[in-house]
Amino acid sequence: MSGPLRRVGPAIGLALVLLAGWESYVDLGGIESAVLPAPHEVAAALWSGGSVLWRNFAVTAEEVALGLAIALAAGLALAALIHLSPLARRAVYPLAVGSQAVPIPVIGVLLVFWWGFGIVPKLVVIALICFFPVLVTTVDGLAVVDPDQLKLLRTLDASRWQAFRLAELPAALPAALSGARIALTVGVIGAFIAEVATPTSGPYPGLGRQIMSDINFQTARAYAGTVILFAFALACFHALGLAERRLAPWSTRPRGESP
Amino acid sequence: MGIELERPPSPAAGVRARRPAVELERAGRVYAGERGPLAALEELTLSVADGELVAVVGPSGCGKTTLLELICGLQQPDSGRVVASPAALMPQHDLLLPWLDAAENAGIALRIAGASRAQARRRAGALFGELGLEGFQRSRPGELSGGMRQRIAFLRTLLSGKRVLCLDEPFGALDAITRAEMQEWLAGVLAAEPRTVVLVTHDVEEAVLLGDRVAVLSPRPGRLIAELEVALPRPRRRTDPEIQALRELVLEQLAGARR
Repeated sequence: MSGPLRRVGPAIGLALVLLAGWESYVDLGGIESAVLPAPHEVAAALWSGGSVLWRNFAVTAEEVALGLAIALAAGLALAALIHLSPLARRAVYPLAVGSQAVPIPVIGVLLVFWWGFGIVPKLVVIALICFFPVLVTTVDGLAVVDPDQLKLLRTLDASRWQAFRLAELPAALPAALSGARIALTVGVIGAFIAEVATPTSGPYPGLGRQIMSDINFQTARAYAGTVILFAFALACFHALGLAERRLAPWSTRPRGESP
Repeated sequence: MGIELERPPSPAAGVRARRPAVELERAGRVYAGERGPLAALEELTLSVADGELVAVVGPSGCGKTTLLELICGLQQPDSGRVVASPAALMPQHDLLLPWLDAAENAGIALRIAGASRAQARRRAGALFGELGLEGFQRSRPGELSGGMRQRIAFLRTLLSGKRVLCLDEPFGALDAITRAEMQEWLAGVLAAEPRTVVLVTHDVEEAVLLGDRVAVLSPRPGRLIAELEVALPRPRRRTDPEIQALRELVLEQLAGARR
C-alpha cells in the first residue's frame, strides 16, 4: 500500500462501515427521515442545497478563522503574563478557568446589546471558548524548561526577557500549537454556539443558524450542514499539524499522529 | 592552536594581579529542608588563582553544585564571604537548545550580548575547527553524540568571555571511553587557551589528570578536608605512576572523611 493510502485508508474504511450501518439502520428499521435521514438523503441534500450551504459556510469559516486568531493572541499573551508574574497567575488563572463554565446564551443578549447583529459578538464567543486550551497548554509548555537551563542563561548574562525569548518561548511552541489544534476543533462548535446565541441580520446567518432552522423540516439539509462542519474541522486540524511540523521540527512527535 | 576569542582582560599589574580569581572565606550555605535546616556547605575556605584549574572532588551530595552556584553568583552564602570574578557555568547536561543548530548554541552568549543570530553563529562557527567540530556547525543537537554536545557546551561557556569557567561534572553523563577522550581534549584546549577553571567531578582520576590542584570535600555539609598540589608536567597520561599515586592519595582522603 502506498503512503497516503495507508494514512487515510483506515479512516475512510471506518467511515464507510459506519455509513453502511447507518444506511441499513434507517432502511431496515423504517426510521423516518425527520428523525434520522439516511446517508443517501444527506448526500442529495448536500448537492441540492449546495449554494445556500456554501454561502453560509463561508460566513462560518470567516468567524472561525478570525475568532481563532483572537483566541490564539489572547491565549498566548495571557500565558506569558501568567508565566512571568506570579501575581497575574493568582489573579487571572481562576477567572480564566471559571469563564469556561459560563453558558454562552446568558451573555448573548449583552454581546448583541454592545456590538449589534454583526460578526463581532460571534468572534467574542469563539475567542472566549477557544483561548482556554491555548492558555493551559502554553502555560504548561512555558514551565517545562529545565531550571538548570535558566541558571545557565543567567550565568551568560541573559536578562529575564532574553531567557524567555531564547529558551522558554520556543520550548512552549509545540505545546501551544497542540493547544491551537484543540482550540480549532472546539472553535467549529464554538461558531455554532455563537451563531445560535447571537442573531445575525444578514442574508446568510452562517451554517450554525442554518442547521438550527433546517433541523425540523429539512432534516437532511441540517445533516448536510453538519457534514460540512465535520470536514472543515478535520481539514483545519490537519493544516495546523502540517504547520507544526514546519514551525517546530525539533519536536519529536510521531509522524502518524495527525489525521 | 590559536583561538581568537575576546580574552577576558588580563589582570593589571601590582596588587590586583595577585588577587585570586575566586575566593571563598568560611562560606556556608543552608537550605530549608523538610525536617529543618540542611547545611550544604560549611565554613568552606578555598581560593583559585588566576589561570589555575582547581578540581573539586567529594562524595555525592557534598554541596559541589552549591559551590559552583555561589561562585557564579546564582546563590548567596548564608555565612562567610564569596568573592569571584565573573564566572560562567557549564552544567553536567549540555542543555543545548534543540531549536538552534550547533553554531547558534555555541554562540548564544554572543547573541545575549547583542550580536545578531547570523553574527553569533558565524563567529562561533569559525572556532569549530579548532575544537574538533568542523563541519558540524549546522547540525541540530539531537543529531550529535554526547561527546560532541559537550564540546559545543564547553565552547558556549568559553564564548561567554568570562574569566572563570565553572564546570559541573562536565563528562559525568558520558560513557567511559568518550569521557577519557574528552578529558584529553579539554586538557588540550585549556593548554592553548588558558582560563581559570573550577572543575567539579566525582571522578578522582579526572581530577588529578586535569587539575593544578585538587580540593577534597567532606560529605554533607561540605567542608574542605584536603588540598593536594598536582605538580606534574603536561601533557599527563592516566597511566603515569605519579598520576596513579595521587589518585590513591585522594581516594584515601575521601575514605578517611567517611569514617
